[in-house]
Amino acid sequence: MHSPVVTTTGRDLRLDLFRGLALWLIFLDHIPSNVVSWITIRNYGFSDAAEMFIFISGYTAAFVYGRAMNERGFVIAGARILKRAWQIYVAHIFLFAIYMAEISYVATSFENPLYAEEMNILDFLKQPDQTIIQALLLKFKPANMDVLPLYIVLLLLFPPILWLLQRAPTLALLGSAAVYVLVWWFNFNLPAYPEGVWYFNPFAWQLLFVFGAWCAQGGAERLGPVLHWRVTTAVALAYIVFAAVVALTWYIPGLSHFVHLPGWLEDLIYPIDKTNLDVLRFAHFLALAAVTVRFVPRNSPWLSSWAAYPAIICGQHSLEIFCLGIFLAFAGHFVMVEVSGAIWTQVLISLLGILIMIGTAALIMWYKAIEGRGSTTRPKSANADLAGGEA
Amino acid sequence: MRLFAAAAFAALVLAQSATAAERPRCGVPDYLLFGDSQLKHVSSAVVTEKRLRVSVVGTGSSALAGPDGPPSAYPARLEAVLTQRLPGVKVTVVTLLRTRQTAEDLAKGMDKLVADEQPDLVVWQTGTIDAIRRIDPDNFKAGLEDGMERLQKGGADVILMNMQYSPRTETMIAVGPYADVMRVVAQHYDTPLFDRLGIMRHWSETGAFDFYAAGRDNVLAQRVHDCIARAIAALVINAGRLQAGQ
Repeated sequence: MHSPVVTTTGRDLRLDLFRGLALWLIFLDHIPSNVVSWITIRNYGFSDAAEMFIFISGYTAAFVYGRAMNERGFVIAGARILKRAWQIYVAHIFLFAIYMAEISYVATSFENPLYAEEMNILDFLKQPDQTIIQALLLKFKPANMDVLPLYIVLLLLFPPILWLLQRAPTLALLGSAAVYVLVWWFNFNLPAYPEGVWYFNPFAWQLLFVFGAWCAQGGAERLGPVLHWRVTTAVALAYIVFAAVVALTWYIPGLSHFVHLPGWLEDLIYPIDKTNLDVLRFAHFLALAAVTVRFVPRNSPWLSSWAAYPAIICGQHSLEIFCLGIFLAFAGHFVMVEVSGAIWTQVLISLLGILIMIGTAALIMWYKAIEGRGSTTRPKSANADLAGGEA
Repeated sequence: MRLFAAAAFAALVLAQSATAAERPRCGVPDYLLFGDSQLKHVSSAVVTEKRLRVSVVGTGSSALAGPDGPPSAYPARLEAVLTQRLPGVKVTVVTLLRTRQTAEDLAKGMDKLVADEQPDLVVWQTGTIDAIRRIDPDNFKAGLEDGMERLQKGGADVILMNMQYSPRTETMIAVGPYADVMRVVAQHYDTPLFDRLGIMRHWSETGAFDFYAAGRDNVLAQRVHDCIARAIAALVINAGRLQAGQ
């Protein structure tokens, strides 16, 4: 069968596939009270789709811009990385506008006396001078809109990191790990508005991003042998099972009668800190990645089959599809509130949302093709941007 | 024709008032309501002194607006239900409403509360304002711990009560992290958590209530508050190891 996916040289389709899947999961998780979100991985372990997304984004950023840096130098590659950060910033502000529209609508249309207190959320509307400026500064971030600001900061810091990764990859990775460890000690983070700190601490989450970039810059080959040891797979699988059992005790109350974690273990593992990328979360992601690499080889024929195609094209246009997913989650929740919150609506909204994401990804590919930027006619020097789309 | 319409309308109104008069079906499964923590001051006050003094400290969602609001909000209903279920015990419930205050703000007033009211039990409802204002969860936790210390030092049992389940504002108010902190703090101080969030979500899922409804009247709110009061009463009786009638 003719492969529907255009493979560009060296691009690992597994990355696109899993980033596409991560985008679907992020969409499902962002619809509150959605029964379909029970299938997402956050319910069965410590880490969730955010880890997948940031790691793969680091990997693809290094893959795309690393090549540009090799061929055209630090300034050109750095400038393109900053341009990318700017695009993401604009996308984030667009989502913020949609969010403001939604709460303004709720403000004027919803008058249930039971929820008089919850309507205090509208206090933000009463001080637009503060709220909007703080949003532009990325300090005020509405619920569920924390990933893109993290991505922006990571990209802003990325040019020197990539430069170092190309010269001394081990040093770069150690430096990243050192910053991560320093976060434990000194607990620094970026400030948020009206108070507190960023939900995703960029100084902690950079570890995943840099680790992904390190893998793209030859680290994956170096890790290759270790990943194929039986003991690695066994340890990873054991940890995944352990995490799944612990996670299920959070959601299935009856389970705690059968599985009782000893007190010392509870003291050791709780709280599992998402803001600072808890070690348990990072380790859980590593275990998932190790098992995935082991059981889904890079050249698996089904990666280029029609079944994998929808997720892969979503993963190849991750910024557009990510933003669309956040918007669809808002819109889906809105439909649940205004029309029906029944289970069949939730399933329908989830399915429709993913179909819209796939359709949009296909549309973006079509646009790129008619604009003469299609991968099939790719000019030799411009392939960094086209290596499967984007970073 | 018009007569027919009027008759149909009258029938509809009758049917509706009949359902409103029924006691709401809002049971709560044990696992959502009961835990291992005990309310020792409550036990001794009821058993030895035949009285139970309860203080409800909370923000806006502990009250209902309008002239019929106060008697139908959950604190007043709690007094009625506990009085009925604990015959021979003098139950008083006072409400200290502190709208728009965070847990940290509320904690500061706990010494005065204990001195003024000398409660056997404090129902501390909090978390919503903190979630709305996106208070740093660490500060929220510190505020809760401060309040718990003051209340326990003052010799009162405590029930921590978390936020309401509010499907419409779910994309806007991220209550999850704050609910988690409250669970951790309740566990640490070995005090019951009244998981209003989980209980109301259960009612929503089982169809007991439609929280998506945007009705402007107080009917839904009053029924919900009545059900919350019944559930709190059940928790007090369970965690206080009290003998109670139905």
